[in-house]
Amino acid sequence: MSALAVRELRVDRGGRAVVNGVSFDARPGELLALMGASGSGKTSILRAVAGLEPVSGGSIEFGASGAHVVRLAPGPLPRGAALRALHARVGMVFQFHNLFAHLTAVHNVWLAPVHVRGEARDAAERTARRLLDELGVGARAEARPHELSGGEAQRVAIARALAMDPPVLLMDEPTASLDPERRADLARTVRTLVSGGRTVLAATHDADFVRGCADRVLQLDAGRISGG
Amino acid sequence: MKPLLVLVVCGALAASLIAQEPGVLRFGGDAEGGAPFMEADPNDPSRVVGFEVDIAALLAAGLGRTPRFVQVGFTTLDPAAERGDFDIGLSGIEDNAGRRARLSVTVPYYEFREVLTVRSADAARYRSLADLRGRRVATLGATGAQEILERARQEHGLEPVVYEDDVHPYTDLAVGRVDAVLLDAVLAERGVRRNPALTNQPADMGAGHYVGILASGQTALRDRVDALLRDAMRDGRLQAIFTRWGMWNEDQPRLYARVLAGESGRSEGRSEDRPLRQTESPAEATLRYLPALFRAALITLALSCVSMALAVLSGTLIAVGRVYGAGPLRALLTAWVELVRGTPLLLQLFVLYFGFEAFVQLPALVAAVLGLGLNYGAYESEIYRGALQAVPPGQLEAARTLGLTQWQTLRLVRGPQAFKFALAPMTNDFVALLKDSSLVSMITVVELTKQTQILAANIGSWFLPGLVCAAMYLAMSLPLSRLARRLERRWGAGIHA
Repeated sequence: MSALAVRELRVDRGGRAVVNGVSFDARPGELLALMGASGSGKTSILRAVAGLEPVSGGSIEFGASGAHVVRLAPGPLPRGAALRALHARVGMVFQFHNLFAHLTAVHNVWLAPVHVRGEARDAAERTARRLLDELGVGARAEARPHELSGGEAQRVAIARALAMDPPVLLMDEPTASLDPERRADLARTVRTLVSGGRTVLAATHDADFVRGCADRVLQLDAGRISGG
Repeated sequence: MKPLLVLVVCGALAASLIAQEPGVLRFGGDAEGGAPFMEADPNDPSRVVGFEVDIAALLAAGLGRTPRFVQVGFTTLDPAAERGDFDIGLSGIEDNAGRRARLSVTVPYYEFREVLTVRSADAARYRSLADLRGRRVATLGATGAQEILERARQEHGLEPVVYEDDVHPYTDLAVGRVDAVLLDAVLAERGVRRNPALTNQPADMGAGHYVGILASGQTALRDRVDALLRDAMRDGRLQAIFTRWGMWNEDQPRLYARVLAGESGRSEGRSEDRPLRQTESPAEATLRYLPALFRAALITLALSCVSMALAVLSGTLIAVGRVYGAGPLRALLTAWVELVRGTPLLLQLFVLYFGFEAFVQLPALVAAVLGLGLNYGAYESEIYRGALQAVPPGQLEAARTLGLTQWQTLRLVRGPQAFKFALAPMTNDFVALLKDSSLVSMITVVELTKQTQILAANIGSWFLPGLVCAAMYLAMSLPLSRLARRLERRWGAGIHA
């Protein structure tokens, strides 16, 4: 059973294929690392899976059991109900975190559960504080994004994605903004997520991080899988 | 260096044109008054023609000078005369005690009757001012008719509406914005000729006289002009002029007889001789006007607030349309913004109020709010558009990956941050709007600047009224300017990503 099935994926940008015929599966409870040099297409794959980049060819499927499959295929980006269905399956942690600058850390985390899933504000905020506690940034709940360090901002961003409880979590260059000590913390955090049954797909060129916690590695070169 | 030289030469040329030249008689008037007073010559628009122009030529010939026309707005003729912008003002200027106290005034050369004009359908209903309780009655500013209407406001409870020109009172009467017009017979005849659905009532509303005005120190020239006018009354040259312009009637020989007999020519009981509080000092008059000025300041403030609300609303819609809309909508909105920003606000107000009156008769206040609000809305939209685009796109992608719809993203993420970016420039725009609201006086709204102008015309000086008016504008705008600076310090530097 796979949580994510990518088949012959092609992503074009500026009339050029930046991802060209990539296929892979990711299972629940697996950390799959996409590695490759800059421009190899690993971030484009994440963005296509996140529904931020239109699919030019092939398909992306979430969930294996028939009726509940969510599928991305060539065509315009999903909107409305299709977008909500997609983001019930997949969340993303950006390289530069992209926290909402006008909201406190905890507000960043409970915004989507309240407005997308219609949860009660109190319950959503309790969940948000628990997630921040678990990730070790509970004390920073009332801080604004510009007051957070890189590592703190990343953990808030992870909490924000986890608050929507997606089975698949995408992480773009998760170690880029961290010092070595924090990288070890992150590896522990990610392992905890994976052991809970979540699928994590991480684009990175940090070989140490990959050796430390990835279950499987896909090596990308010029938009194609060159090894794995 | 060259531009500087050009500037100096132009300045010197302008100065020489303005300075008094021997051999030239500069006569001041408002060509907007139109025929028969004065208007641009249809065959040569650089020249003016009219009975006032003929009288100026007659006087210049008598003085051995060449006449030269100086354009001055009708409502500012008095201060322009006193300042020496021209030697003599001839522009259907009415004789009154206030003018005589402040300026050198010639003998009267034409007698007119005030005439009440109504729509023909109302001819039986509105025969006199007493019939017009609670109704809007139009007139031209700085005239005896305005004085009569101000008194009738107290006596009969009608509402005077003061225009800057003598054409639109009649067109607005025809379309129903006002229910009557009170103006002199010359204007009333012309108004009815141009608007066939109007009727002049025969009732006696009072009479007045046209005079020439000179600076208070110019009594010697005034006496020479008086002598020339008397000569022209005697030998029929004045009659020839008024006959040529279709204005001669039986009132004039009686006036001339009185003037030539050495009387003032000013008959008792006429509107021009009602007491005008001549003994009042400018300070006392300003003090008496203070409550009216405060009321006018409130109108300015209320007008600005409502207009700004419309500007924020329309600006937001335009900005959102330009950022999120499809191609054709974006092109349409861009064209609208460029049209509004590329043409003068005053022109837009005229078009809204007068230009569209054949299709929709907007009340003056509504036209004022629409004009100011839509004009400033175009500017606001540019601020908001920039502010929306200043929100980092990464945050919008983050919102999308959380499942927020585009509308939710705008409402919860993009809008609130853009609002903070926009707040300081918005406050600055509100201060600008507060001052630009004075332009709506041109479409009959009596706000702070217009009320000040009325006061200044009545006491014949802009000094004290100008100071009081400026103080009131400052009292409204300074706190806002300070607020804008504080907001700018707090948020203008941008939100840290």
